[in-house]
Amino acid sequence: MDYFAQQLINGLVLGSIYGLIAIGYTMVYGIVGMINFAHGDVFMIGGFIALITFLILISLGLTAIPLILLVVLLVSMAITALYGWTIERIAYRPLRHSFRLAPMLSAIGMSFVLTNYSQVAQGARVKPIPPFITGGYTLHESQDGFVIQLSNIQIMVVITTIVLLAIFTWLVSRTRLGRDMRACEQDQTMAALLGVDVDRTISMTFVIGAALAAVAGLMYLLYYGLVDFFMGFVAGIKAFTAAVLGGIGSLPGAMLGGLAIGLIETFWSAYFSVEYKDVAAFSILIVVLIFMPTGLLGRPEVEKV
Amino acid sequence: MTIPSTNTAKPATGIPALLKTAFINALVALVLFSLMVGIRTEAGPDGQLTYWTRFGEVAALVAVVFGGSIVMELLRQWIGSTGAEKLVPPAVQSGISFIGRYLAPALLIFTLLVPVIFYDQRYILDLAILVLTYVMLGWGLNVVVGLAGLLDLGYVAFYAVGAYSYGLLATNFGWSFWICLPLAGILAAFWGVLLGFPVLRLRGDYLAIVTLAFGEIIRLVIINWQDLTGGPNGVSGIPRPSFFGIPLDNSDEGLAARLGIEYSATHRIVFLFYLILALALVTNWVTIRLRRLPVGRAWEALREDEVACRALGINTTTTKLTAFATGAMFGGFAGAFFATRQGFISPESFTFQESALVLAIVVLGGMGSQLGVALAALAMIGGFELFRGLESYRMLVFGMAMVLIMIWRPRGLVGHRAPTVYLTKAQAISSDLVKEGHG
Repeated sequence: MDYFAQQLINGLVLGSIYGLIAIGYTMVYGIVGMINFAHGDVFMIGGFIALITFLILISLGLTAIPLILLVVLLVSMAITALYGWTIERIAYRPLRHSFRLAPMLSAIGMSFVLTNYSQVAQGARVKPIPPFITGGYTLHESQDGFVIQLSNIQIMVVITTIVLLAIFTWLVSRTRLGRDMRACEQDQTMAALLGVDVDRTISMTFVIGAALAAVAGLMYLLYYGLVDFFMGFVAGIKAFTAAVLGGIGSLPGAMLGGLAIGLIETFWSAYFSVEYKDVAAFSILIVVLIFMPTGLLGRPEVEKV
Repeated sequence: MTIPSTNTAKPATGIPALLKTAFINALVALVLFSLMVGIRTEAGPDGQLTYWTRFGEVAALVAVVFGGSIVMELLRQWIGSTGAEKLVPPAVQSGISFIGRYLAPALLIFTLLVPVIFYDQRYILDLAILVLTYVMLGWGLNVVVGLAGLLDLGYVAFYAVGAYSYGLLATNFGWSFWICLPLAGILAAFWGVLLGFPVLRLRGDYLAIVTLAFGEIIRLVIINWQDLTGGPNGVSGIPRPSFFGIPLDNSDEGLAARLGIEYSATHRIVFLFYLILALALVTNWVTIRLRRLPVGRAWEALREDEVACRALGINTTTTKLTAFATGAMFGGFAGAFFATRQGFISPESFTFQESALVLAIVVLGGMGSQLGVALAALAMIGGFELFRGLESYRMLVFGMAMVLIMIWRPRGLVGHRAPTVYLTKAQAISSDLVKEGHG
């Protein structure tokens, strides 16, 4: 039971990170209807920028951890958002009215570009950082000495995710931008006729998605203490799996799918085998899609003749 | 990286506007590159991260972007926007059909003569074999993506199944290549059907992610099932193919000794070349024949409109499954060939990058055009080889090329098609009019 509780905590933390990335996928899919294959690499870029900002701030002599974290968060969100914006401008906007496969291949190409760009720019070796946030709480200690730990970093990841989700939900449901986004999702032509700047709205979608991915990158860096140029691929596929599992296009679905994938992966590693955790995640995706072809919370796609 | 303005934006004219655009692009580039390129991090010997600055490189990159966007903008104004023609004009059409009629036979004859012309150049022969392997993979995937319109992002799984089928059967049981080749095809087709079943109800991007997941599952199982597959170490010592039972080696039993000619290692390469050429041509021939059979017609109908297909009484289940099985079978053949050519296989050869490469070849080739796929494979693999010296820049350039080609010609190199079925006379149409299916 204690072991189960500990794994539950670990799974929820991992799931939060996946969920943050998955929102970027599902948002872009909802509006533009394309799989943004480069999104996993945007997450990786976010991690790298956070790492570099950390290094600079520390070498400048800053010691206040909350201040460092805030600056790193803002810088990595800002620069990664600009990456998201640029990617959309270069690789996707010219193909917006092209056929379905064209933007997807362009996205795969962009993903290769970003992976190898950071390999060329930052080297192929894994970059570790010393743990910034240490300590934690012991929730429960059983007779045989097993301890349920809740570390501060885990608390931080979950709280950041919840706060960001709250802001994000408010953004989509209450603001002008969110209304424009929902309008574009339903019908771009009609939205444009009613005075919505479709280009700007789509750009903003990519910017927000990239900023959330940057937060996920920072959380990953703090939680695992390392980044490398290839981490975007695996994390990206997992997050995309999460988005599809939750029902692509649905925002609560993305978070739910992220948590589901995180939990499946953690429990499988804990109770069965670490080697096959990814196989388990993908297999469950396939099984869920057989019985619910549009994911857990997705709307069924009705094709009109 | 330059940022092209959109079609909806008003065309910027005049020097100040030009400079303004270039300046904004350069500013964006400055922010993008400032940390990622400007600061180089590296883990020191004691695990401590250190960094040093590279502002010179950033300045150079920003200058390149500034200059590049001016050049791009001037080019755009000079060329102007070209309207897309839906129906290919008659003059161009007759020219294309003239080239089309003679290009394919000319290419085929040239390919047949490659081992004669380049007999002494081992490098070119090896490259030609590699290109032909991708031509075959492209033609195999074309059945699934180009004809049936089912987006498959895990095609490399079948390539892996074929390669491991031959590798394991040959090393464990000593079966010959010619027995294993059909077996590899059958096993891959079986896995194709196995993948086909769960995805029958899925459409579009759900299909894409499941095929991708399937490819990853196969790769992860190969890596982790160490007892059977040797895990990351792979399978080595896979026997070379024989000339229908006669080994191609230096022994008295070898082909060279039997024919009474001097042995040369090139014999085997030439044999491999003709083997993969034959396999690729079989793939092509089968595809062309299948397109004329009811099942091929059903594939193309499925791609155009699944609902209409159902209404006409086409069994979409068997249609999709045969498409997956046929495509997978050719992937399996290519995999078996890959295993016998390399003599060594490991999971590293079957990553998502390979799937993406083959898919890029099919889309670049114009989705459904057999000649286009061959040309695209030649262009992609040949272009890839040009950058062999610059190992880490290679994938960077490859990715950029993929993006640029998609922007330049989203419909691929051969952007028109002759329809399979027509009323009175075949008229080539722009492939903009051909649907790509929704899975």
